[in-house]
Amino acid sequence: MSQKQLMNRLFACATAALCYLLPATAYPAGGSTVPLLDAQVNLNNQVAIQRGARYFVNYCMGCHAAEYVRYQLLENTGLTAQQIKDNLIFDGGKVSDLMKTALPQQDAITWFSGPVPDLTLTARIRGGADWIYTYLKGFYADPARPLGTNNTLYPNVGMPNVLWALEGIKTPVYRYQVRHQGALVREFADEPAALAYVQQQGAGYKLEKVVDHLVTTQPGTLSEAEFDQVARDISAFLGYIAEPMKQERQQLGWWVLLFLSVFSALAYFMKKAWWEDIH
Amino acid sequence: MSVLNWIDQRFPATKVWNEHLAEYYAPKNFNFWYFFGSLALLVLINQIVTGVWLAMAYKPSAAEAFASVEYIMRDMEYGWLIRYLHSTGASAFFIVVYLHMFRGLIYGSYRKPRELVWIIGLVIYLIMMATAFFGYLLPWGQMSYWGAQVIVNLFAAVPFVGEDLSVWIRGDYVISDATLNRFFALHFLLPFVLVALIFVHIVALHKVGSNNPDGIEIKQNKDERGIPKDGIRFHPYYTVKDTLGVGVFLIFFTAVVFFWPDLGGLFLEAPNFEPANPLKTPEHIAPVWYFTPFYAMLRAIPPMFGSQFPGVLVMFASILILFALPWLDRSPVKSIRYKGGIFKLAIVVFAVSFVILGYLGMIPSTRMILGLEASLWAQIFTGLYFLFFILMPWYSGLSQAQPVPERVTT
Repeated sequence: MSQKQLMNRLFACATAALCYLLPATAYPAGGSTVPLLDAQVNLNNQVAIQRGARYFVNYCMGCHAAEYVRYQLLENTGLTAQQIKDNLIFDGGKVSDLMKTALPQQDAITWFSGPVPDLTLTARIRGGADWIYTYLKGFYADPARPLGTNNTLYPNVGMPNVLWALEGIKTPVYRYQVRHQGALVREFADEPAALAYVQQQGAGYKLEKVVDHLVTTQPGTLSEAEFDQVARDISAFLGYIAEPMKQERQQLGWWVLLFLSVFSALAYFMKKAWWEDIH
Repeated sequence: MSVLNWIDQRFPATKVWNEHLAEYYAPKNFNFWYFFGSLALLVLINQIVTGVWLAMAYKPSAAEAFASVEYIMRDMEYGWLIRYLHSTGASAFFIVVYLHMFRGLIYGSYRKPRELVWIIGLVIYLIMMATAFFGYLLPWGQMSYWGAQVIVNLFAAVPFVGEDLSVWIRGDYVISDATLNRFFALHFLLPFVLVALIFVHIVALHKVGSNNPDGIEIKQNKDERGIPKDGIRFHPYYTVKDTLGVGVFLIFFTAVVFFWPDLGGLFLEAPNFEPANPLKTPEHIAPVWYFTPFYAMLRAIPPMFGSQFPGVLVMFASILILFALPWLDRSPVKSIRYKGGIFKLAIVVFAVSFVILGYLGMIPSTRMILGLEASLWAQIFTGLYFLFFILMPWYSGLSQAQPVPERVTT
């Protein structure tokens, strides 16, 4: 094998190993296996981000903060300082204030058995706004939980469904999985049949109840399509504040790459010219 | 020229310029692999410049660190750019240094008379790892905190003095404000130690002269003026060539900075966007990619006599064994171009093992791969990693080497 062939082979190995690595390190969505819904977030849609900010201050900021974000960030989405002050700041603060919640952390710990997370970077922690959209659409009535609600994406979450008045109340339709040593043996649509099967099979067989889908049992003030839009707008807002410089970064990036391409081309010809006499 | 004369009578400006650039004769057959030394220097300068600017706004306290990083990202003019240049630069530094070291490995740049160049380089690599480790705590995210926790606990596994040693390192019984503050001090100091060591690295290199892909000594073939026939002046030939290398490297580097700064969780880990929480252990703790080969070796060794210390020893041994390399290789030739097939195979096995260990260090050690647990795979590749070195005196001595040419080839 020649030197060149060996090098090519080494490169092929390294590249293959790298390609293998990349998808494996994508961050899992909170350990859940629920497939994420597409929030269809478009950071160029300033109006959606503005609407999301309105829902955020009205529905989320009672408990959650976005404490690394200043209200004036929304000037970048086309709002004026006066509009922000009149519509989004309820405590008479300045537009340069950080978006903090009025809820004391100690109360949060008493009421929700844990601190309420800051939402500034949630989209980055969860790997994108789709997680937020799926989460907001995943609430369902569950009398077994202290606050009466559960979530398909984030099982046993401490947070209640604060958007229930808009969305209505959804109840789950379960399916019943019989497992033996962790492996799925059979699935049933109704509980008695599944129980009978487990009894018939005997020891080692376990019944597991999983949410199949949700049905709206009490309609809210919005239609389903309207509510989806609300959830999308909140996702857009949280996606935007997680990295507000994202668009600026990409726009600047093209100019930098253009400059470096010209620079490298010139450097190539300069090298060629200098090396002409080297053989 | 009178100004230069005035200086030259008091400081050897022209002499230094000539000895190290204009009249330093480097082999004319440097290939692709020879870009990475100058690129490592470039990235170090990037780290120092962006690092100083970050330090102007960063607050090294447990209460303020996380928020101050977000302040840099959001409120400081182009703070996001400086921070991404620094975070991407950290990974880029390891990429170019690993390639630079691999270059030395395949062309035998560690062989006599360059043993000290290699050893000083390894000390640079150790200091660089320490710098990266200290720096990773500073954003005070979840992975910063728990990563530091895992690494400092390694020292707690040392028999008898371990507990006291780990408390001494942390300055506390847990990773805390005191730890963050001292890690910041060391993270700021060590890059300047690196600069000093790189100076020594280059002085040692210029004493013995550069190796080349053919692994032959160009100084053994001089013309009547005493200049190596296969040597060319470093400046301008290699300064213009390295300028091209810098341009192409920066295209890749800035593409990451501007379009994919977290590189899918490899360069910036998602859990690190959550502030450090001593009460909440992340589901899966993994160091950043450039430490994972060593982390995999650490985890590969099961606890013995109720102690993790054997794993810690193996991990440190995996780096220390590199110091012995100049004396392990008994091949009559330096470059892989003329070494026997067994040596070529050994280098491929070594490189592949290192990359696979890097992957195994990122995933949970209980995951099944091709029917075997990841920790078992890690044991296999840790074995191969060490066999590369331990068996080298034997397989490198098997003389299947091809004849080395008199003069460099292109």
